[in-house]
Amino acid sequence: MRAKDSAELAVDWGTCKGHGLCAELLPDHITLDDWGYPIVGAGPVSAAAAKRARRAVADCPALALKLKSTAGK
Amino acid sequence: MTAIDNGAREAVVPQSPPSQARENGVLPSRPLNVAEHRAYYGALPAADRLPLGELAARIGHAGVRGRGGAGFPLYRKIVSVSGAARARRLQPTIVANGCEGEPASHKDKHLLWLAPHLVLDGLVLLGRELRATRAILAIEADAPNGKGDLVRRVREAVSERDVRQDGVHIELVEVPGGFIAGESAALVSTLNGGPGLPTYTEHSVREHGVGGTPTLVQNVETVAQVALIARYGADWFRDYGTAAEPGPQLFTVYAGRRQPRVVHSAAGAPLWPLIADAEPIDAVLIGGYHGSWISAPLARKARLTEAELGVPLGAGLIAALPADRCGLTETAHIMRYLALESAGQCGPCLNGLPRIAAAMEQLADPHHAARYAGIVQNLQRWSGMVEGRGLCHHPDGSVRLVRSALTVFRTETAAHRAGVCTGGDRRPLLPAS
Repeated sequence: MRAKDSAELAVDWGTCKGHGLCAELLPDHITLDDWGYPIVGAGPVSAAAAKRARRAVADCPALALKLKSTAGK
Repeated sequence: MTAIDNGAREAVVPQSPPSQARENGVLPSRPLNVAEHRAYYGALPAADRLPLGELAARIGHAGVRGRGGAGFPLYRKIVSVSGAARARRLQPTIVANGCEGEPASHKDKHLLWLAPHLVLDGLVLLGRELRATRAILAIEADAPNGKGDLVRRVREAVSERDVRQDGVHIELVEVPGGFIAGESAALVSTLNGGPGLPTYTEHSVREHGVGGTPTLVQNVETVAQVALIARYGADWFRDYGTAAEPGPQLFTVYAGRRQPRVVHSAAGAPLWPLIADAEPIDAVLIGGYHGSWISAPLARKARLTEAELGVPLGAGLIAALPADRCGLTETAHIMRYLALESAGQCGPCLNGLPRIAAAMEQLADPHHAARYAGIVQNLQRWSGMVEGRGLCHHPDGSVRLVRSALTVFRTETAAHRAGVCTGGDRRPLLPAS
């Protein structure tokens, strides 16, 4: 039993402009491809990175980074 | 079977197909007006002869899968749309998708040309079953069709309907053509007055579609199959095809240099007789431009099933590549088209597909032999980089085609590496516009 829902990162590909800020803030979860677009690692965001992930979502200049709750009941 | 005992069982016994339809197959040999249509297929079962739930049950038993390319089970879509409609207390929308999009495919246009009322019947039946307020038939505004004005023909068919008898009013909507335009989210965007592009959404169109209502988007061939199942029953449907891939299917067949033809067949039939005219052949493209190449030896012995071909039948394209053509050139030609058809919304697709297309063109040109290893490496790298990273499956399908070409045309690739192309005829076989 975890106190908090686990969450996964997702990209709205139609909105992402490849600013790359997310990769700066979350290097352990996001790297950039040849053209500067994020490659999101599989699996839920680690507890240690949860706060930075929320920050990255809020700071994405294109508002293209999403945090999706994956917790089932 | 959990049949609901409502005392109406005898009322829902399927008709048997009229002799004409039995002899000639699922499609007539010439276009039918509404009276001819009824004579050929039999009357559309009246609403009171097909109690609510019965059609969905038959569709589930028949095992109908979408014929637009993705092959999703229709029954599951119906359940999910009707569930969303109940939960949100909204009446759903039904869309018959006639936007074939793919330049090489003709089966949907062929069906709409010969038997538009079969599609309209299917729309009416699905509309009744789901108690939909809107039933839409979407077709390409400038649909290329060798036979004549398809839009006019379908419009005439819609005007022939008796709305009171149908109980469902059908709207005909002309939408701009294009490879991506027929993707369900893009189509719903067009129908909502939007830009007609795939969109990012937390909900599928099954939950939030046309006008925000739960929407069932279904390829026209699938919709026509519903009209046949309502008449002849699920067992009739399952008499065609295999247990895993039941039902009659339409295929667009290119056999050599001859014009493509649309054939009526089913899974499990041998592939070879369909393309024997094209012999000697080098490979066969299965499914569509988002499909896969298979080798000639496999094509000679395989039956038309996903298990034997190793690839899904997709949107039903079967294109034999004659031995005097170069498969790499053909793939490069298609890949360039796919890159140009990117909606340009998503970075990986916008950047990746043109690079993949350019690399395929280099591979198709034997003069680039010296750089062969680097080109193949780039193709593999970029393919992995665009896959699964877009709003729609355009990059995924494009990559599938390229990967199958790298496997099937290995001999040709080796020849190019040695500076030789074995294809004498460098003109593209399949259309790309």
